[in-house]
Amino acid sequence: MTSTRPLDRFRASGLLWPLVALLVLLAANAVVRPSFLALRIQDGHLYGSLVDILKNGAPTMLIALGMCLVIATRGIDLSVGAVVAISGAVTCSYIAGAGDPTGAGAAFAGMGIALALCAVLGLWNGFLVAVVGIQPIIATLVLMTAGRGIAMLITDGQIITVRNPAYRTVGAGFLLLPVSILIAVAVFALVALVTRRTALGLLIESVGINPEASRLAGLRARTIRWTVYVFAAICAGVAGLMISSNVSAADANNAGLWIEMDAILAVVIGGTSLAGGRYSLTGTMLGALIIQTLTTTVYSMGIAPEITLVFKAVVVIAVCLLQAPKARAVLLRRTRRRHTPPDPDAEAAGRPSTHTPTSAMVEKVAQP
Amino acid sequence: MSVDAKQAPAEPTPLVRMRGISVEFPGVKALQEVDFRLFPGEVHALMGENGAGKSTLIKALTGVYTPAAGVTTLDGREVSFSGPAEAQAAGISTVYQEVNLCPNLTVAENILLGREPRRFGAVDGRATRARAAELLADMGLHIDPGSVLAEHPIAVQQLVAIARAVAVDAKVLILDEPTSSLDQDEVAELFRIMRHLRDRGVAILFVSHFLEQVYEISDRMTVLRNGRLVGEHRTSELSRLDLVSLMIGRELGALAEVERLAGQAGEEASTVPVLEARGVGRKGSVAPFDLRINRGEVVGLAGLLGSGRTELARLLFGADRPDSGQVTVDGRALHLRGPRAAIAAGIAFCSEDRKGEGVVADLSIRDNLILAMQAANGWARPIPRRVKDQLVEKWIKALDIRPANPDALVGKLSGGNQQKVLLARWLVTEPKLLILDEPTRGIDIGAKTQIQKLVAELAQEGMAVVYISAELEEVVRLSHRVVVMKDRAKVAELDQNATVDDIMRLIAHVDERPEAVAA
Amino acid sequence: MTTSATPVKGKSPLALPGRRSVPGRVVPVIATFVLFVLLFGVGTARYDGFLSGQVVANLFIDNAFLIVLAVGMTFVIVTGGIDLSVGAVVALSTMVAAAGLQAGLPAPLVVLLVLAMGSTLGLLMGLVIHYFEIQPFIVTLAGMFLARGLCFVVGVESISIKDPTFRTFATAAIPLSGTVSITWSVVIALAIVAVAVWVLHRTRFGRTAYAVGGNENSAMLMGLPVARVKVGVYVISGLCSAIAGLLFSLYMLSGYGLHAVGMELDAIAAVVIGGTLLSGGAGYVLGSLLGVLVLGVIQTLISFQGTLSSWWTKIAIGTLLLLFIVMQRVFMRRQP
Repeated sequence: MTSTRPLDRFRASGLLWPLVALLVLLAANAVVRPSFLALRIQDGHLYGSLVDILKNGAPTMLIALGMCLVIATRGIDLSVGAVVAISGAVTCSYIAGAGDPTGAGAAFAGMGIALALCAVLGLWNGFLVAVVGIQPIIATLVLMTAGRGIAMLITDGQIITVRNPAYRTVGAGFLLLPVSILIAVAVFALVALVTRRTALGLLIESVGINPEASRLAGLRARTIRWTVYVFAAICAGVAGLMISSNVSAADANNAGLWIEMDAILAVVIGGTSLAGGRYSLTGTMLGALIIQTLTTTVYSMGIAPEITLVFKAVVVIAVCLLQAPKARAVLLRRTRRRHTPPDPDAEAAGRPSTHTPTSAMVEKVAQP
Repeated sequence: MSVDAKQAPAEPTPLVRMRGISVEFPGVKALQEVDFRLFPGEVHALMGENGAGKSTLIKALTGVYTPAAGVTTLDGREVSFSGPAEAQAAGISTVYQEVNLCPNLTVAENILLGREPRRFGAVDGRATRARAAELLADMGLHIDPGSVLAEHPIAVQQLVAIARAVAVDAKVLILDEPTSSLDQDEVAELFRIMRHLRDRGVAILFVSHFLEQVYEISDRMTVLRNGRLVGEHRTSELSRLDLVSLMIGRELGALAEVERLAGQAGEEASTVPVLEARGVGRKGSVAPFDLRINRGEVVGLAGLLGSGRTELARLLFGADRPDSGQVTVDGRALHLRGPRAAIAAGIAFCSEDRKGEGVVADLSIRDNLILAMQAANGWARPIPRRVKDQLVEKWIKALDIRPANPDALVGKLSGGNQQKVLLARWLVTEPKLLILDEPTRGIDIGAKTQIQKLVAELAQEGMAVVYISAELEEVVRLSHRVVVMKDRAKVAELDQNATVDDIMRLIAHVDERPEAVAA
Repeated sequence: MTTSATPVKGKSPLALPGRRSVPGRVVPVIATFVLFVLLFGVGTARYDGFLSGQVVANLFIDNAFLIVLAVGMTFVIVTGGIDLSVGAVVALSTMVAAAGLQAGLPAPLVVLLVLAMGSTLGLLMGLVIHYFEIQPFIVTLAGMFLARGLCFVVGVESISIKDPTFRTFATAAIPLSGTVSITWSVVIALAIVAVAVWVLHRTRFGRTAYAVGGNENSAMLMGLPVARVKVGVYVISGLCSAIAGLLFSLYMLSGYGLHAVGMELDAIAAVVIGGTLLSGGAGYVLGSLLGVLVLGVIQTLISFQGTLSSWWTKIAIGTLLLLFIVMQRVFMRRQP
């Protein structure tokens, strides 16, 4: 039941706990290091720890947005990290080999080719999942494995460095705020607009919640699933551009390593269930920010940054336990009956006997 | 309420005795105070229509569900099993309708899984096969124990499942619709084995939708309806017609208005066809049939569960693809590639599996209502909020959907209200032909009446309706014509003057043909 | 590579007469074996010195840890699960072993410690998967994060192993003939394969694992100890990862948090190429061994080629993976 009280509605939206977590993290930072919240403008650029968090988190946010829609359709895309590597590799190779490796033309052409290739990779994933019918985890595992090899093939195993101002803008440029933040926010706004202003969001959720009912209601379930994989790959492609542009180099081995895991984590923390269905783009963005802030916090507290992984693991398990209905039941069970009969849905697999008893009237005429 | 057996038991004490068993699911009472007795050395048929509570009773007995009330005794001792494993250990074995074995393992492994002969701690494959071969031979079956289960037809798999159940020296053998996929010879084989076991003193609980089979094999029957016991009889003392009427029940009164409306509609039914099907069928699903549905006409589909009534409806909607025949809608040929094609031609379909194939539980009433319309519009042309609200408000009011809150999640609604939401989803698209599969199953009597009234009104306004229900009273009351289905084929088409008795006679009629169609 | 699919197409004629089961189920393994022979044949034809006992021995020496890993993964995948944490547990094992030895703990104690740690991690993941009904994918992903993170808790830098027992054990060669020798790692890996074959194919535990993978609900209704088996396979996988980690630390003679990055993918690929169905219920330990060997041959071929770069390995593995997954899909569709 939706309540009219804003606080209740906010709580119902599932964003409360991610937001609290983010604020707690930020507060902890501010306490440990008072300069954490400070912002300053220098040469028309905004600097500060908060800006850094946003900037470093931008690729994860982008990928998480794509992942969010994939997960909403009951899928998952493990190949985004490899796509990140491929995207950077293609662009840098193109720029390095162009007639004018410093020109804006080369940068845009390279990025265009990279994103087109990413779209093709997304089509491939979508084909395996939606048409061939392979489980999403496995289908995208293929590209996850082969993708990095392809990226290295493109870069010939080298770290390709480029000096192209136009390209550098994507990941390291400033427009008061770092450009990568602006891109991430723009994509977020665009996706939010497209999914919520058109019917796409509804159709995606419907397919994720009940694929068969959706098919019978006339939805193009297959096309929808296909589309989200393409979108996820393009998001990963843009993120790949950011990562490679930021360092002006393509590192096929390490670019986007484990980023698929971060993205999945961001989606899950943001309150979207891995079982598909209802999704939250805002939650996903919050999730990505939490992950990035966590990394920064660990760093600023003088702990080795790699140990962030331990905290991530704890967060994943905690969030999953809170989400899983079974775990909730186990955790919340106090004095309930020993064996609650399972939901009648469980029985609906065979011939359902979800039967509401009819009124007493039927009873009276039971024996003719 | 409990109806005690009419005759005092002259037999020894029952092997299984269940008294006052009630099983509740959230919001649903699946069984209410049901009594049940099972004697050693008898085949006892458990009868009832879909949703009567047969499966629930079996699961309450085998410990899958824990009853909210009631006592179960086995051999005079009170028992309460925590699950099928425990029930099995106590001598109650179950063979389910769907073969619950592991298709990837061999026949021998499936029979002896969990109690294989071992040598030096290792499973002795040879001894396992030998023991299994022995058990199979004992039942008179010739199945290679070393073959993989999945390579065998379902019928053989079913027999293997029975072999497994027997291998534990079961005192009680429960067979939940074991014959639904067997042909005549296979059924004969099964019955031979059942008699063999019965004569050895095993108590067999048998569930089947095929009346002839029940009459052939069972000694006694218990009839359930709507989660309540309606009678326990010796098979020889209960006529088929009485059995069918016990199973289906007759509702009186309260529906006079529906009847009146339906009567009016009947007079006005036109002869302009909306849909014509010629020779439409699908292998293993429905034998090819002809069907014509006119404007403003309600065509009822009657038949027991598994008779092919649902399968026929799914073919007309393209939910399953027909592999023969032609369909024309308004005189134009329709290629039934899938639901979208059918919807574009003005056909709508409400599945009997409301939760699995109908509503999208985690979406609101509003979103569910406009889903089909939105799907037809495409994603890029969202229905404007204002139009949505108008539609939703109109249909919530028209169908009396409760709660009347468009934002309520459909999954939280009662069955009747979910059904109304589903109906409204299609009515929004203004279909020419509405196919309703069991729209009144499992919902309370008020909603039932409302839905039937709605159907009558829709027909009056010119919509063609295909109406499927297990409750023959409903079908007869609403329909202008009734198509009777049996054994996955259309067996008769009756006009408006058809009575429930006519239909029952057709369904209960002893058929000379094989009683089941090969899967 | 297309030839590898041919024997599978011949599946029905093989399986039909007499309805003998064995050929049908073994076909994917035979396909892998044929693939292995073909790849080896290609190597022999193209490169001098490819067909030698030592090349074969090196296949085992260089992949001993992967063999053990794939064995553990086979158990998990047979039940229809997946374990993404194995690579990270390998790294953690090398780290704990190296740090323990550095701290002066006796080698046997270190080994026990590592094995206990691996099994415990597996146990915890298995318990969460089964009792809280959270997808194995996510739970083992968390396990992967946890194990990797713990590596860096132990130490951020690579720690080299100087313990004499470890060093001797690692470098000792066991001559098989005049020119061919193997290491103790190979012996251990093959011993584990033997034990795994026994456990998976000949014990009730193993048979139940297949039953769970075939149909978990049926297995439950048949009264089998589903919980014990489902948790058990993750313990086995954790234990195998720990053993693989020890072998890897022998191979590298160091512990490092970035060891074995992505090795879980190799293990999964080996298992799938070895003919185990990802949906569970079918597969052989020996198939997984063959799968590892196929991956090893590809690597050897590429190193013999010299001009081909190592990343072709990844592409080849990906392609093979795809091939086998699609083959499985077709295979499964044909079944009723």
